[in-house]
Amino acid sequence: MAPFNSQYAEPNFMYKYDQYDQKLVDERVEQYRDQTERYLAGGISEEEFLPLRLQNGLYVQRLAPMLRIAVPYGLMSSHQVRKLAHISRKFDKGYVHFTTRQNIQLNWPKLEEVPDILAELASVEMHAIQTSGNCIRNTTTDQFAGVANDEIEDPRPWCEIIRQWSTVHPEFAFLPRKFKIAVCGSEEDRAAFLLHDIGLQLVVNDAGETGFQVFAGGGLGRTPVIASSIREFLPKEHLLTYLDAILRVYNRYGNRDNKYKARIKILVRAWTPAVFAERVEAEWAHLKGGPATLNGTEIDRVTSFFSQPDYLSVNETAVDNDIKALAAGSIGFSRWLDRNIRPQKQPGYVSVTLSLKPAGVAPGDVTDRQLETIADLADRFSFGEIRSTHNQNIVLADVAKADLFELWELAKTSGLATPNIGTINDMICCPGGDYCSLANAKSIPVAEAIQRKFDDLDYVYDLGDLELNISGCMNACGHHHVGHIGILGVDKKGEEWYQIQLGGSANKNAALGKVLGPSLSRDAVTDSIEKLLDVYVENRLDQEAFLATYQRIGIEKFKQRVYGTAS
Amino acid sequence: MAQLLKDGHAIENSWQTVAAEETTFPAGDILVSLDHWREHKAELTKHSGSVGLWIQGNEEIEAVVDTLIKMPVIAVVFPKFADGRGFSIARLLRERYDYQGEIRAIGNIIRDQLYLLQRCGFNGFELEAGIDLTEAAKSLQDFSDAYQVAVDQPVPLFKRR
Ligand code: SF4
Repeated sequence: MAPFNSQYAEPNFMYKYDQYDQKLVDERVEQYRDQTERYLAGGISEEEFLPLRLQNGLYVQRLAPMLRIAVPYGLMSSHQVRKLAHISRKFDKGYVHFTTRQNIQLNWPKLEEVPDILAELASVEMHAIQTSGNCIRNTTTDQFAGVANDEIEDPRPWCEIIRQWSTVHPEFAFLPRKFKIAVCGSEEDRAAFLLHDIGLQLVVNDAGETGFQVFAGGGLGRTPVIASSIREFLPKEHLLTYLDAILRVYNRYGNRDNKYKARIKILVRAWTPAVFAERVEAEWAHLKGGPATLNGTEIDRVTSFFSQPDYLSVNETAVDNDIKALAAGSIGFSRWLDRNIRPQKQPGYVSVTLSLKPAGVAPGDVTDRQLETIADLADRFSFGEIRSTHNQNIVLADVAKADLFELWELAKTSGLATPNIGTINDMICCPGGDYCSLANAKSIPVAEAIQRKFDDLDYVYDLGDLELNISGCMNACGHHHVGHIGILGVDKKGEEWYQIQLGGSANKNAALGKVLGPSLSRDAVTDSIEKLLDVYVENRLDQEAFLATYQRIGIEKFKQRVYGTAS
Repeated sequence: MAQLLKDGHAIENSWQTVAAEETTFPAGDILVSLDHWREHKAELTKHSGSVGLWIQGNEEIEAVVDTLIKMPVIAVVFPKFADGRGFSIARLLRERYDYQGEIRAIGNIIRDQLYLLQRCGFNGFELEAGIDLTEAAKSLQDFSDAYQVAVDQPVPLFKRR
């Protein structure tokens, strides 16, 4: 089937809608337009409208409605990003926020204009379907998919297959609770897939066939849990029937009486992973080999969209020497190369992370103008392709090394080249009390205070890789449990306090942080972080990173320094 | 009395749902619980009108399927419209147990669910009195096609595109 929407030159690295995909999003816009009109006319009650608007991305937040736009597995074209800039100008205050699920949020849309926003999105093959509500959410993956040098297989075709299967799924629109799936295609985990309701790891078995190891029951929130393996090897053609089986078991048996016990992790834990796996296998026995079983034609069809760009062959040594010379002449460029660049499996090309964490801006926020700059940079340097990351940054992949200096200079002018990726200042931070009605405490001012405190780049680089994550409440949108340092906003008699956790990790050896001690006032947070860092610097061996030092020496020394006494 | 939308059309609702605690059965077409059926089987087999069964979304239908599928109507109760268990129940009845009779959604459902309910195998819908059924029936057609396999479309889109 020929691509349907081809009035503009689309890059050839991402899935393109055909008439079926386009019709579905168009019909969804009309369905929601009608629902909004009936709601505004009093024909739908508040309670009935709630899941309808949530499943179209619309929350009602502290200050205004908030619209969450889906960025399927974090992949966008420059054309789409320009449209987002336009939408943020026309319908909002000229900026957007990138979330920890690779999605985008508008903070100030008008409820009655949301159908028009959705129509604009549909015109560039985007939507806000199931970005909220008790349904299957946007599937996420590695921001370096397709270019990572440790990749087993490109996870994006699988994410797209899951996107289509989960979109307007007839049976699973009213689950006990939200449901998140992540796919990991590499050795290293950059998708935090063990912290998802379902985590899929692409694996190759002894016979050389690709399939999935299936994990279930992970998640953050009030009861953080690392997912358990429920199937060692699922041949890839069975992916959808197996997912149907998991979801059906959850839909039927997940807790519906208490929203804090409704996630699948609670069911998996209550039954034990082994029993849960048995129940899924029993259900799957009926579905296995059924009509939803994937075939090679479909797998090939979807895979073909994620083709590689036309790489030029380059004399790498010559280019590397040029870059070295430029770096020697510019400390700024050299720092940026150190922190924001990642090698790819394709020689001569690298992935560049544009930092959305300059000091003084809420982490993940970008203006309409910056979006347009990002689109321009992508057209010029990365084949028009743009990726959002769960760390709330932007990645341009497939950048020719020879272009790096020029890209850096242009990005710098637009405030997109802060050389802080992977450092303490590249924190993950939820919107918190400034925007979110569920918050116990603000999180953005804490992030800002930390960035201001640690503004000496030499010191920050010396600290090395350090993940600092901030959530404004137990819902853990800022992933505080898996930060090397996690900060959680808590409510103490109506005041905003902060609990610090240490030792979390979101990679393959996922670990949940331990609480350091009693919660602290906002003023005390930055000083305490400094004390923690002092303990690290005094105790580290050689090149040891913060997490490794913590794992070696334990929590006690950190505790003593912050609270002054041993406990 | 709730109104009935069946196979896309508004029809006269001749059915009464007998609550679990009732022990007597009104004349005419009735929906009774599984316990009613077990305890009053003799009486119900001779009932003047038609008899169907209502079940809750948490029913272990695998255990009672032999009884269920002999009935002309199986009504699935939605205690709250956001409780989606009934969607799975209907698909199981149609796809696994090949049930050919009417599957009716009763209790708290809203018109905006009709399209999905129908995909899962429901063909009868009880909607609150006062709702314009002709208007509501439009929601059955919210989408013209779908990606997934379901009761109304056993071939996935990927095999048809
Ligand atoms: S963690 Fe809490 S405060 Fe932060 S965005 Fe999520 S719900 Fe809101």
